[in-house]
Amino acid sequence: MIRDLLIQGVQMALVLLLAPLLTGLVRKVKARLQRRRGPPLIQPYRDLRRLLSKEVVLADNASWLFRVAPYMIFAVTWVAAALVPTFHTGLIFSWSGDLIAIIALLGSARFMQALAAMDIGTSFGGIGASREVMIASLAEPAMLMIVLSVAIIAGSTQLSTIAAFMASLMVGLRVSLALALVAFIIVALAENARIPVDNPATHLELTMVHEAMVLEYSGRHLAMIDLAASLKLLLYISAIVCIFVPFGLEHGYAIGLVAWLAKLAVAGVLLGVFEMSIAKMRVFRVPNFLGAALMLGLLGVLLLFVSQGM
Amino acid sequence: MNELGVILVPLAAAALLSAIPGYRISARLNVLASLISLLFAISLLFDRPDSNQYLMVDDLNIVFILLNTFVGFTTSAFSASYIAHELETGRLTARYLRFYHAMFQLMLFGMNLALIANNIGLMWVAVELATLTTVVMVGIYRTHEAIEAAWKYFILGSVGIALALFGTILVYLAARPVIGEGMDAMVWTNLRAGAHAFDPALLNIAFIFLLLGYGTKVGLAPMHAWLPDAHAEGPTPISAVLSGLLLNVALYALLRFKILLADNTAAIAPGPLMIGLGLLSLIFAAFMLYRRRDIKRMFAYSSIEHMGIIVFSFGMAGPFGNFAGLLQMTMHSLTKSAIFFAVGHVAQVKGTQRIAEMGGLTETHPVLGWTLVAGVVAIAGLPPFGVFTSEFLVVSSTFAREPLLALLVVFGLLVSFGALLLRVTSVAFGEPRGPTGPVQASYLPIFAHLALVLIAGIWLPGPLVTWFLHVAAMLG
Amino acid sequence: MQHGLSFDIAHMLAGGLVLVSFMMLYQDRLYALLHVLALHALVLALAVAWQAHIQHAPHLYITAALALGFKAMLIPWALRRIVFRLGIHREIETVVGIGVTMLAGIGLVALSLEVMLPVTAHADPVSREDIALALSVVLIGLLIMVTRRNAVSQVVGFLSLENGVNLAATGAQGMPLVVEISVAFSILIAFIVIGIFLFRIRERFDTVDLQALDRFRGERPE
Repeated sequence: MIRDLLIQGVQMALVLLLAPLLTGLVRKVKARLQRRRGPPLIQPYRDLRRLLSKEVVLADNASWLFRVAPYMIFAVTWVAAALVPTFHTGLIFSWSGDLIAIIALLGSARFMQALAAMDIGTSFGGIGASREVMIASLAEPAMLMIVLSVAIIAGSTQLSTIAAFMASLMVGLRVSLALALVAFIIVALAENARIPVDNPATHLELTMVHEAMVLEYSGRHLAMIDLAASLKLLLYISAIVCIFVPFGLEHGYAIGLVAWLAKLAVAGVLLGVFEMSIAKMRVFRVPNFLGAALMLGLLGVLLLFVSQGM
Repeated sequence: MNELGVILVPLAAAALLSAIPGYRISARLNVLASLISLLFAISLLFDRPDSNQYLMVDDLNIVFILLNTFVGFTTSAFSASYIAHELETGRLTARYLRFYHAMFQLMLFGMNLALIANNIGLMWVAVELATLTTVVMVGIYRTHEAIEAAWKYFILGSVGIALALFGTILVYLAARPVIGEGMDAMVWTNLRAGAHAFDPALLNIAFIFLLLGYGTKVGLAPMHAWLPDAHAEGPTPISAVLSGLLLNVALYALLRFKILLADNTAAIAPGPLMIGLGLLSLIFAAFMLYRRRDIKRMFAYSSIEHMGIIVFSFGMAGPFGNFAGLLQMTMHSLTKSAIFFAVGHVAQVKGTQRIAEMGGLTETHPVLGWTLVAGVVAIAGLPPFGVFTSEFLVVSSTFAREPLLALLVVFGLLVSFGALLLRVTSVAFGEPRGPTGPVQASYLPIFAHLALVLIAGIWLPGPLVTWFLHVAAMLG
Repeated sequence: MQHGLSFDIAHMLAGGLVLVSFMMLYQDRLYALLHVLALHALVLALAVAWQAHIQHAPHLYITAALALGFKAMLIPWALRRIVFRLGIHREIETVVGIGVTMLAGIGLVALSLEVMLPVTAHADPVSREDIALALSVVLIGLLIMVTRRNAVSQVVGFLSLENGVNLAATGAQGMPLVVEISVAFSILIAFIVIGIFLFRIRERFDTVDLQALDRFRGERPE
């Protein structure tokens, strides 16, 4: 019992510690592709330490919501990230690691973020919040379609069960899974504010979504929010990896850990290469992009209902 | 071996014609090649070869082959005289004439191959080839309207052909469990033998695709949209060929598959579908005849109407229905191509195709005028021409079984009758309008066709009747 | 239902073809559409090659090679050159928005699956689902043709329709070579004709926009 709790605690800590490293890896890959040397891999840790030691500058009309939101966002995202199976399935709290619960947790984080962005009353906050919610209004149904198709195949919405099912290779290659994977990747790009939906490195107001919402934050608040964003990226990548490439999850902690780290590294590199290969799309095209993800999810569910083999 | 002559002669002629530059020689060669094909086809009546995996000749396609080669021959004769005028007015250049003659023979090759093919895949290829050659020829004048007509024809025809191929694949899928894999399951004689054992649901879906696909080529509403433009904007010999030949070839393909479906009792009856589409085409086209301003477009709608009657009649089936359909088809081919020949002369003389600008033809060109009147009287279904006989047979045989449908058919026929008569009186009688130069082409093809139709209206030879009845029985 | 891995790969490739058809529906730039057309033919070539492998039918490899060389490389390249030379307007105007078009595409896939799967209940499992997915590709190709105003994008829709029919032909096991030659042949001739038309159209018009062509429809009763 104590041992299981400890292992779950190790997962929670690992997730928290590795999230900035993943962000650093993606930035390094992008820099290398641009023929720059780029910041060192541990730069995000240094940024966090710097931010934590700085003074918080608050606007005059900021309410309690503005001060509380970063902590709430961080807490909720950390909980969600800790529930996704990383190096082993069947951990002690894995019964609560339900895909729908995770979506709900991330949704509440987004809700608080949007409210906090509008709290100060600047126009950038308003733009960011409205764009974020627009993206969410399409991404969440798409995500639910994906969850539905995966759940129909695996028989449960609990991530541990799904991962175990997928790892057992009873599933074979299925068209609806391929469609769900493509849709999931599109949704992940949109939710994590990656190119082509949003540029994480920009500070141009016309192209910002996430950055616009956090423009007013500083000091430890900003550190919490940045860490939450890194955790969200780690969460999505872990979720994709544990559903679609769940190899190594059933073999013991050491192998599982090594496999997970390798998959994270590969995913980080692929994300960096992908972001460098395409351009950011115009904001009014984003609904089409996410609509395509919704259609793919819908198509996957349709195929599952109509045929048994697909 | 003589069935090979029917397809190899046009092919060789096409190759030869693409090399010869002088248009007079190529026009004559065109006529000669068509005549030789006709002679081969007549020889098929007496000496029927055995069927093999690729080609076959049976009672059904002998009718079509003979009709096809005959109308092809007369059209080539008409074309030889018509084309000289086109060259003079500058609508066509000598280079395009070479192209035109080669495509003409290539099209005849495709059509003949489709008619004697025993393999449903080969039949599909041949219909596709014939369609593509006609598409190219429709656009040969290269005016804005011609290009638009050819483009529309190409797109609609290609979609139809793709759907027909899909239907063909489904027929193969239905046949495979019964006959086995490979070539045998595509051979029509094998398919006919095994049709009763095919999976009915699969056959149903296959027939729907085939009806939609080949039906587009037949010009059934609502897939008819390419037909009026293609007839109006192409050269007149091509309009005659489209109406008189290509629609028949597509109909033949439909009939082959209808036979398969009729043999399988569990599949849906193909009749009601064909009846529905036929009636829709008939009534739609009959109404559309009223507002046409272009004379060729009007007769194109008349073709849609008649193909509607023919498909309706084949849909009614039974010995009389099928017989009436066969007779109607033959009469329609002969009459419609004769009309298009006459219209071609008229258009050349008047320099326009618009009805409002033609008039008083019987005064200025009596032979042409009265021939046109005779042709229109024939196609409108008046006695003593053959079309009256076949339409009467359609109506009476339908009335005996489904009086309501017969009423609809009569209604459509009356509507179209009115329109045709209205228009032809304005063209043939009244004050002469438009230029009045002499007619430079030969009347022989028109006379030959109309004479045949007239004779058929008065007296159908006994052997012909028994032959048609035999084919009607085969159609089920 | 337990399916072998080879069946799964066949379905995956057929489903991939449907996916690429949806990508075609999504494009709004002409050059991008031509790239997706090349991808479509590539996936078709892979699907046909895989069918050749599992059916032990070596003649299908020829069809796959033809699809790869001709439809994946030559035709998109030639269409690119036509677009460039004619200076064709490079934004694709659609009749209705992209979202509605994609919804219609989903509807068509649902329709084709609903129709074809029960009907082929007695056929063998690989052919069944391939034919159903092939019909989806055909219907989506038709949808592309219907909802686009630009003649080049209509041609692309038609080519994807032909790819769908090609997939159906190879999915039907044992269909003889006659059909494969015929499909390839028809595409060859069709393309030549398309080329001729596009050049002839350019001589007469400034645009391949079909609304401009519509002015010359002879049907107007005036």
